Amino acid sequence: MGSAGNGRLRQTLPPTPPIANGCRGFFDDSFQQGPRTAVIQAAIFYLFATVVVASGLMVILAKNPVHSVLWLILAFFNAAGLFLVIGAEFVAMILVIVYVGAVAVLFLFVVMMLDIDFTEMRAGFVRYLPFGMVLALILAVELVMVAGAWAFGDMVPEARMAPKPGVDAQLSNTQAIGTILYTDYVFIFQMAGMILLTAMIGAIVLTLRHRPGVKRQNVAAQNARTPASAVTITKPAIGAGVDTGAGVQPLIEKEGRS
Amino acid sequence: MVEFFQTYLGTGFGWFVAHLILILLIALPVMLCMALATWVDRKVWAAMMLRRGPNVVGPIGILQPFADGLKLFLKETIVPSGANKGVFFIAPIITFVLALVSWAVIPFDAGWVLADINVGMLFLFAVSSMGVYGIIMSGWASNSKYPFLGGLRSAAQMVSYEVSIGFVIVTVVLYASSFNLTDIVESQRGNIFGILNGHIFNPLLFPMAILFLISALAETNRPPFDLPEAESELVAGYQIEYSSMTFALFFLGEYMNILLMCALASILFLGGYLPPFDWAPLYFVPGLIWLFVKIVFMFFVFAWVKATVPRYRYDQLMRLGWKVFLPLSLFWVVLVSGWLVFTGHYSAPVAAPTVVTGGAA
Repeated sequence: MGSAGNGRLRQTLPPTPPIANGCRGFFDDSFQQGPRTAVIQAAIFYLFATVVVASGLMVILAKNPVHSVLWLILAFFNAAGLFLVIGAEFVAMILVIVYVGAVAVLFLFVVMMLDIDFTEMRAGFVRYLPFGMVLALILAVELVMVAGAWAFGDMVPEARMAPKPGVDAQLSNTQAIGTILYTDYVFIFQMAGMILLTAMIGAIVLTLRHRPGVKRQNVAAQNARTPASAVTITKPAIGAGVDTGAGVQPLIEKEGRS
Repeated sequence: MVEFFQTYLGTGFGWFVAHLILILLIALPVMLCMALATWVDRKVWAAMMLRRGPNVVGPIGILQPFADGLKLFLKETIVPSGANKGVFFIAPIITFVLALVSWAVIPFDAGWVLADINVGMLFLFAVSSMGVYGIIMSGWASNSKYPFLGGLRSAAQMVSYEVSIGFVIVTVVLYASSFNLTDIVESQRGNIFGILNGHIFNPLLFPMAILFLISALAETNRPPFDLPEAESELVAGYQIEYSSMTFALFFLGEYMNILLMCALASILFLGGYLPPFDWAPLYFVPGLIWLFVKIVFMFFVFAWVKATVPRYRYDQLMRLGWKVFLPLSLFWVVLVSGWLVFTGHYSAPVAAPTVVTGGAA
């Protein structure tokens, strides 16, 4: 495909489907024509931003850890709202799907099951306060140092003005991200996937243990059973009983199960 | 309609009023359909069990859901003394609101959609993946054993089946090459030999349609996957402690989610508002009717499954989700994308994107 000399992967995109009514973001044409649009957008931004900050504060202020997680979810949700305001609808939806819909659920799941004694948690508060303050101070200083030394690259202002690759306005948000992610950043993207895979395998290896004596269901073995192999019809003589050794057998042998 | 109100009421206020009316135009029929859906569900279930079902209130019992609603409305709301009150009351509201808000992106006919956003499919997926919060919060806030077990079960179940639903959606989106629901429907116009409308007629996507149906059953906690409420072991799962309107909100939200999944199945696989055959006379019937017929058919399938299939055991449910559906749907994404590239679906090249390389670092 690629006639581009630098060996970069070239992406062929599907033909963009005809767009019915111009812009199809969350704020459609009829909305953007309004004179007070800027005011409304600013109001929406401040609404989301206030809720993000407030719920972020509540995450660390709430006494109940489950409430903390619920506030965190609210913060995620409103951060997605902020993404919508700047027109990054794909990132917003992915944020909700991945973080709110999957990660936070599992987080909540774990926190709910924790057996936490609140009095014990608050016991050493005064004793640990100075140490905690010192840690917080160090972190704050480091943050200020990092932020102060931050210098933006040459191309950042351009990239900020036109975050979508190409001047082609027909390219939707999703296609734009795909175009940039699978061409220029494909190796970094793959590497991120590999790191996640490693983490997943590591977690499984650490927690996997084979307990003896657990009965497991082997669906293939169950489905493979037929009346011929599972049932024996006998007609025992009176007082003779049935020889169980040949007739009834366990479905899966103890050792040989998968 | 938006322009009409904008000429008479000013741009901003007219926009607001017009959209308020549009929202009501969607929400009220959806709620009415949902009330009737509970009646249809009970009638179909009864018919399959050779019973009569509700037949006292109104002709053939059609007013039964309204009588039930009135009864619930007049009952006392009981809050358990150990309950976490704020979370306890927010949970049913979340379930109900999330079930209602997803209808904003459903195209009822060509162009008949409240929010024609270009990530409509992702929006639906995000909202449906948030539905688990209503259940898990109610289970925890009730401060009781059975609701908690039901909530935990449901959280694990819904997260598991969301994964395979996501991959099934990706296979359809690959065909449409858009997340917009109208585009997804339009991509099914005459997709098989120019005669049939709907991805279900595509042999490559037919297995995914079946997989979507089963995952949708699990996602909406319907039998045979109704373990979160399993009345024989958990009494009623996460909703035991709820009474009166709080229970009604759960009940309504649940049925609205089922209708939404039916609508989603119709849009993804049955061709949405398109007639099943790409034949001109069929287009005289409005698209709304076609979509409605498809949703009713899917709902009948849901009721049919409920009446005929015994409940799964929990480990079997998890096994099905993670060991069968996830690998199968993941493989199918690879298969479908391979097929589409092979057949030249993605052949039209675009201008090379000018990309900012390097970044800030």
